[in-house]
Amino acid sequence: MDKDYEDIPGTFVFDADRSREGYHLNQFCISLGKQKGRDAYTADPEAHLAKFPMTEEQKQAVRDQDWNRMLELGGNIYYTAKLAAYHGINFQNLAGLMTGMGVEAYRDMMLHGGRPIEGNRYKKEWGEEE
Amino acid sequence: MARITAGVGCSHVPAIGVAMDTHITDQPYWQPVFKGFEKSREWMKENTPDVIFLVYNDHCTAFDASCIPTFALGCAAEFQPADEGWGPRPVPVVKNHQKLASHIAQSLILDEFDLTIMNEMDVDHGLTVPLSVMFGEHGPDDEWPSLVIPLAVNVVQYPAPTGNRCFNLGKAVRKAIESFDEDLNVMIFGTGGMSHQLQYKRAGLINPEWDKAFLDRLTADPVGLSKTPHVEYLREAGSEGVEMVMWHVMRGALNDEVKEVHRHYHVPASNTAVGHIILENV
Repeated sequence: MDKDYEDIPGTFVFDADRSREGYHLNQFCISLGKQKGRDAYTADPEAHLAKFPMTEEQKQAVRDQDWNRMLELGGNIYYTAKLAAYHGINFQNLAGLMTGMGVEAYRDMMLHGGRPIEGNRYKKEWGEEE
Repeated sequence: MARITAGVGCSHVPAIGVAMDTHITDQPYWQPVFKGFEKSREWMKENTPDVIFLVYNDHCTAFDASCIPTFALGCAAEFQPADEGWGPRPVPVVKNHQKLASHIAQSLILDEFDLTIMNEMDVDHGLTVPLSVMFGEHGPDDEWPSLVIPLAVNVVQYPAPTGNRCFNLGKAVRKAIESFDEDLNVMIFGTGGMSHQLQYKRAGLINPEWDKAFLDRLTADPVGLSKTPHVEYLREAGSEGVEMVMWHVMRGALNDEVKEVHRHYHVPASNTAVGHIILENV
C-alpha cells in the first residue's frame, strides 16, 4: 500500500504495520495506566516486563527509557506517555526529550509559537532521504 | 421533537484539565487560554442544552490496542471519569440521555453507520475537558448542567475515519435526533486539535495559518473542508492534528448556513494550539 505520509520528517504515523510491530510494547505501557500495573512494575520490573512477549530490543528501550527508540520499534506516543508518566515525565517534557532539544529549550519554543511549518513539511527539507 | 441548535468546536488538551483541577488558571501561562472561554461560559448559561452529543477520542483509556472501534457510541446510563495514570479527574459523573442514545444507535446503524455500542465505558480527558472549559468548574459531587451522549472516534491508529465520513455521520446524527419524539435542545460538540504533534523529532509543530483557515472554512466552505485528505492534516497540522476530523461530525450535523458567534485561538497549551468556535444554526 502506498504510504503518502512517509515523506514527513521527524514523524511516525501509527499505522497498521506499526501497530502490529508494537502491540506488546504498547500493551505493556498501557498496563501502567492503572495502579495495579504500576505496583507490579515497581515490585519487580523484569517480572512485569516478562508478562508481555516483546522483542529484546523493545524491552531494552523500555529499560533505557529511550523514547524515540520505542517509537521506532512500533510504540505509540499515547502508550509510551504512560511509561513516561510512571517515571514522572509529563507530555511536554517527554516531547522535549524526543526532539533532542531538552526540556527547557522545548518549553521556550512552545511559548514562542511552537515549531514553524516552514522547512518542516518534507524529509528533503531536513536533508533526509524520502 | 428534539432539535440541534448549535455546534461547538473545542480542543481537549489534558493540561487544560489539570490547570483547572489544580486551580492555576490565573497564572500568566494559562490566563489567556481561559480568557477566551469566558464568553463561551456565559453563552452556555443562556443556552444550556438538555443534551450534548459529544464527539471525542479516547486516549487508550477505555480502549487499549486490543480493540479499536472506529465509532463507539456511549449507551450506558452513566460514565465515570477515568484514571489515565494519575488518578481520575475530580469532576462529576457524566450522565447520559440513555433513551435518546439508544434511539440514535438504532437510527445510525439502519443508516449504514456500523457503530460499536458501549454499555460500559469510562471517559477520559477527551470528553471531560471540553465540558470543563464550557461549563466552568464543577466538583465530583456536583452534576454537569446537561446530559451527555459520548461518541468515541478512533484517531490513534491510522487511519482515522475520513473527514467526509465524519461529515456524513453528522448528517445522520441530525436525522436521528430530529426523529426523536421528545422536546429537547441538543448541542453537538466536535473536539480535539488544533495543530499539534506530540511525538518524535518534529514534536511541537504549530501551524496557525492552517488552523485559522480551518476555522474560517467551517462557515465558508464546510463541505470542501470535509474533503481534506489525511496526509494534509498529518503534514500541515502535525501527526496528532488529524483528530480534527471529529469537528466534521459536528459541522455535518448543523444547517448549511450557520452563524459564528464566538471564536478563540491561542498558542500554546502544553504542546498544542487551542482552538474553539461556537456555531449557531440560523
